[in-house]
Amino acid sequence: MRNGKNLPVDERMYEVSRGRDGEVTVLFSGNMDSSVAGKVIRDLTAVLKKDPPQSIAVDLSQVSYLDEFGVLILVELKKIVSAENGTFALQNVSTTFQQTLSLLKFDSLGRKRPFSKAPRQGAFLRIGDAALRYISDLKDAISFVGSVFLAMGQAFLNPRRIRIDDTLLYMQRVGVDGLPIVALISFLLGLIMAFMSSVQLQQFGANIYVASLVSLAMTRELGPIMTAIIVAGRSGSSFAAEIGTMKISEEVDALFTMGFDPVRFLVVPKMLAAVIMVPILILFSDIFAIVGGMLVGVFMLDLTAGAYIDQTIKTLELFDVFWGVLKGGVFAALVAAIGCLRGFQVRGGAASVGEATTSAVVTSLFFIIFTDSMFSVILRYWD
Amino acid sequence: MERNPIIKVRDLQVNYGDTVVLNNISFDVFEGEIFVILGGSGCGKSTLMKSIIGLIQPRSGQIRIDGHEVSRYDEKKLQTVLKKVGVLYQSGALFGSMTIAENVALPVKEYTSLSKSSVDTLVEMKLGLVNLEGYGNHLPSELSGGMKKRAGLARAMALNPKILFFDEPSAGLDPITSAEIDHLIMHLNRTLGTTMVIVSHELQSIFSIAKRVIMLDKKSKGIIAEGDPAYLRDHSQNRFVKDFFNRKVDESESEQEKMN
Repeated sequence: MRNGKNLPVDERMYEVSRGRDGEVTVLFSGNMDSSVAGKVIRDLTAVLKKDPPQSIAVDLSQVSYLDEFGVLILVELKKIVSAENGTFALQNVSTTFQQTLSLLKFDSLGRKRPFSKAPRQGAFLRIGDAALRYISDLKDAISFVGSVFLAMGQAFLNPRRIRIDDTLLYMQRVGVDGLPIVALISFLLGLIMAFMSSVQLQQFGANIYVASLVSLAMTRELGPIMTAIIVAGRSGSSFAAEIGTMKISEEVDALFTMGFDPVRFLVVPKMLAAVIMVPILILFSDIFAIVGGMLVGVFMLDLTAGAYIDQTIKTLELFDVFWGVLKGGVFAALVAAIGCLRGFQVRGGAASVGEATTSAVVTSLFFIIFTDSMFSVILRYWD
Repeated sequence: MERNPIIKVRDLQVNYGDTVVLNNISFDVFEGEIFVILGGSGCGKSTLMKSIIGLIQPRSGQIRIDGHEVSRYDEKKLQTVLKKVGVLYQSGALFGSMTIAENVALPVKEYTSLSKSSVDTLVEMKLGLVNLEGYGNHLPSELSGGMKKRAGLARAMALNPKILFFDEPSAGLDPITSAEIDHLIMHLNRTLGTTMVIVSHELQSIFSIAKRVIMLDKKSKGIIAEGDPAYLRDHSQNRFVKDFFNRKVDESESEQEKMN
């Protein structure tokens, strides 16, 4: 960088002369800096490696400038002779260069590879490590669930301690801001479901049952699941990133030392917001899906809107809608808690926040599907 | 020595939204000097530095770095000029996912044709210069604040830039470490002729390293003093400048601040 003009490396940058008994003298001249270092090192090693000398003497009398890159050239030369157990000597070193060399601890440079990666541990060690890490993660998770229950319990017993402003803000972020995408996806889902099923049902002249299929599938299963997945992607991830960044910048520590419970302060508003808003989002999702299905019914299957709505009302029981909304509340609690937990588990730097965000979404998805199947089993034995 | 201005700032105005932060700033930094930008907290020192290196777009005015009119450059052209520049940020700004050695090696690998082992040796030298030998394999999160700053310095000077910018190099460091950094700054300046632009309000280090300072003021949003710090301390007619260098509290003013 120094020699801004980036001159082509002059042939006379160095002169190599060989003595009688395998002794080589290298006379450098000009600026020994970053603009020449790469090429000089390559050329010189190529020349000298062919016939490794017993000793190298470097003459610096003609050098006008020497920086770390210049010293690097010297180190590479030293490495060549020390591989052959030869001797390396510097000649005509000015006091300034001497200072630079001693500051850079020239004598101890290049002896070993300084940054060898730590050797890989054996398989057993790594399995053990991973197991321990999982156990400690699990412990974290269990104690986190405990403190969330505690904080939520306290919040219900003493609602004035809830941070209302924060809760309203998160309600807006989770609910209001999430509505457009939930509505759009549900609408398209209803459209697709109606379209796909109509191909089959038309064969039996059972067009009207498209309405039943769409409404039942949406309210019971797909509405809650789709909404929960969208909320996990939008809000669960943002909870994890937010708390993770706060953790890195010591904000969580600050809360703790000021005597606040970070869970009460950070988690309860998010949980409340999610648990309140997700069921509402699910209702919207159901409605938009039914509208989507109705469009297909009216424009492709020659049903009247009245007949479609009538069939939908006949099919649905209040319990179906209620069941879907209930599931949604549970999903919401899971998504919010997992997002916050992953945020609190962040350690280190920016990369860790990224990992936490990914993990928040993936873990949420798993638990949404898992809980949903639990609900199905419960319903099966309930009836 | 020939006084060749390497940075030229003319009539610079910087705004944040509608608030004017800096107004009517003009000064030169000469090649090979140690130049300090100082002033009280919130007077726009860091803003001035960031607008010189192109991180903040000034409202108006000219900035020339080494003959390039960077205030008119687009990002791509600016990048080529910035290769001559190294910046040490306040908290090091190391990449958290890389080890210290990888952090320092990053610009070297990108911009030179050195082999892997040469890069390693160079990194070893750079880390040695900032007294971090043996920490190459550590992650930034495993280091203390002062060590991060020194590692950041090693990265900033990895390619021996022509100009080094320092954003408060001694803030948050113990006196010994900050004296070491001062020594290092002076050494690099002497041996490599690197131009140093330092944003600071650490009086001790200003007196020991700076040949020339400019002082910014919050109220006038401009330069209120320029010159040798020791001379300014003893001879400045400006009350604020005198108080700043002598660490005195202007009673009337601090009363006012309390009222606010």
